[in-house]
Amino acid sequence: MLRFIVRRLLQAVLVMFIVSVLLFAWLRSLPGGPVDSLLGERATPATRAALSKTLGLDQPLPVQYWHFLSNAVHGNFGTSTQVQSGTDAMELFLQRLPATVELSFFAIIIALVTAIPLGYFAAKRHGGLLDTGSVVLSLVGVAVPVFFLAFVLKYIFAIELHWLPVAGRQSPDLDATRVTNFYVLDGLLTREYDASWDAIKHLVLPAIALASIPFAVIFRITRASVLEVLNEDYVRTAESKGLSARIIRGRHVLRNALLPVVTTIGLQVGGLLTGAVLTETVFAYPGLGDALAQAFSQRDYSVLQVLITMAAIGYVLVNLLVDVAYAIIDPRIRTR
Amino acid sequence: MNPLQRKKDRIDALAATAAGGGDIPDAGHVSESGGLSLIGSAWLRLRRNPVFLIGAAITVLFVLLAIFAPLIAPHNGTTKYLISQVTPDTPIPPSQKGFPLGGDDQGRDFLSRLILGSRQTLIVGVLATLAGLFGGLVLGTIAGSIGGWVDSVVMRIVDVMLSLPSLVLALAVATLFGRPSQWTLIIAISIVQVPIFARLLRGSMLTQRASDHVLAARALGVRPAAITFRHMLPNSLGPVLVQATLVLATAIIEAAALSFLGLGNPDDSSAEWGQMLGKAQDLFDISPHVAFWPAGCIVVVAFGFTLMGESLREALDPRNRR
Repeated sequence: MLRFIVRRLLQAVLVMFIVSVLLFAWLRSLPGGPVDSLLGERATPATRAALSKTLGLDQPLPVQYWHFLSNAVHGNFGTSTQVQSGTDAMELFLQRLPATVELSFFAIIIALVTAIPLGYFAAKRHGGLLDTGSVVLSLVGVAVPVFFLAFVLKYIFAIELHWLPVAGRQSPDLDATRVTNFYVLDGLLTREYDASWDAIKHLVLPAIALASIPFAVIFRITRASVLEVLNEDYVRTAESKGLSARIIRGRHVLRNALLPVVTTIGLQVGGLLTGAVLTETVFAYPGLGDALAQAFSQRDYSVLQVLITMAAIGYVLVNLLVDVAYAIIDPRIRTR
Repeated sequence: MNPLQRKKDRIDALAATAAGGGDIPDAGHVSESGGLSLIGSAWLRLRRNPVFLIGAAITVLFVLLAIFAPLIAPHNGTTKYLISQVTPDTPIPPSQKGFPLGGDDQGRDFLSRLILGSRQTLIVGVLATLAGLFGGLVLGTIAGSIGGWVDSVVMRIVDVMLSLPSLVLALAVATLFGRPSQWTLIIAISIVQVPIFARLLRGSMLTQRASDHVLAARALGVRPAAITFRHMLPNSLGPVLVQATLVLATAIIEAAALSFLGLGNPDDSSAEWGQMLGKAQDLFDISPHVAFWPAGCIVVVAFGFTLMGESLREALDPRNRR
């Protein structure tokens, strides 16, 4: 088991190394070069020369790469020029992280509590109306652009019906104490329950829009694997032994059928960030996705560096955890 | 599937083999040539699959619309017929006689642009898919046929590309080009697909490498290149082509997402649905229909491609063979 973990860890380090090389190459090949990118086009020749020297652009490429890497390892990605001008890029990342984690967490929860039961009952009544209906729903879900869904939700529930707030993370007039920057959690910790409630109201619409991505995938995988498990001999045995439907469902069917679902959740992290870029932009939700979209459109390269690096690290880490979790559940994996 | 249906399928399969003059396949093993090929038996199942038929119908209609768009559209897509009605208070000319969907923010006929947009949308989707497919084919063939350290290196690069969220990768590629255009959009979307195609192809190439017919070819002294291109590649293409159908759907959606984030084609003289939807974001609160129409078209077309891809996948899955 330890050997398996070590091997996967080494692979993860290798992937991160290649990411850093690619990121370095990318920054070097951007139109206008790094100096223009960081200073903008209106900089004087003197400041350009100074920055070139500070950035070490007069040195050979491997040396430059080494500086880039050591800066990155120390969390030093430079200062944001556009998104939050003057803020350290790493700090900006840490400020925004809780917002996106909170949003993704709610989205995953929404997806799980709707997709797993729906997938189970669709498989149970295979070919029935519920099955056909929910399969069609999940396929349509795949076909709807996430940001459009977000717009529609916002238009109906926020603009037309006024049920929920249009944008942001909390109401502007709310004075809440911040502990962890996870707004819902903060409200619970400080017993300012109205603050939690306010944060939840801001989360509902973006979380539903974001959940549409993992929902479709989790639903289809649950349905397919429940279908497969229902045909297994041990399920028939359990039925013929006269076990109650609840026990068969819990111990025999779902427990086996949910294994592939666990893996998928890991794979969804990348998709969630993609979705977060779009939904956060629609709802002006101050998270990482919103920062990333702004950084791209305003060419804020310090922020881009930190966000892309962290996205890759996050994805690799989550999949490492999933692999390890999976190896613990299913010993056959370890030998591969 | 019910027993009667299964029986019917078996008879049909037999009938087809008899008609084709091939041998009746042995139990447990179906020969690649003669007999009922995987593709042949898949087609038999597809022909009666309503899901496939609906998907195929949507796709065919879409392609026909794209081809004949200039003939179908009531007006041309560039003349600003209704420009006099575009004012700061009413940025979108309303529906009127001769212009059932009204105009766009520059007074052009909205319905015509929607119809003409099908062509550009199809071009973006198909070119992005083909480019991604080609890149994936090259990488996957190299990795799968050579194996060893080449395989490891190629697959690590593929892993890295997969480790970035697709939209982030597409955005990163799009920013590499100073000025966004239709081509940067296509390249950005296709690069995201390369690792997926490469992985798929490599996986099925590896299965092929271990298969008996490749072993037989090798034993006969067939050259490695011939084994790769005549024996392994054609037999590995099934899952890749299924994926291509599904990618057509995502490519169109992704084009819309990139346009939405401001990295789409800024030149809107020839309309494209993703671009129309991306540009509609500021007008959404005032006249949602300028977003609903292109979005609806994207959803229907992407749904059609997805239906077709999913039913193809199911049909080509050897576990479903009867």
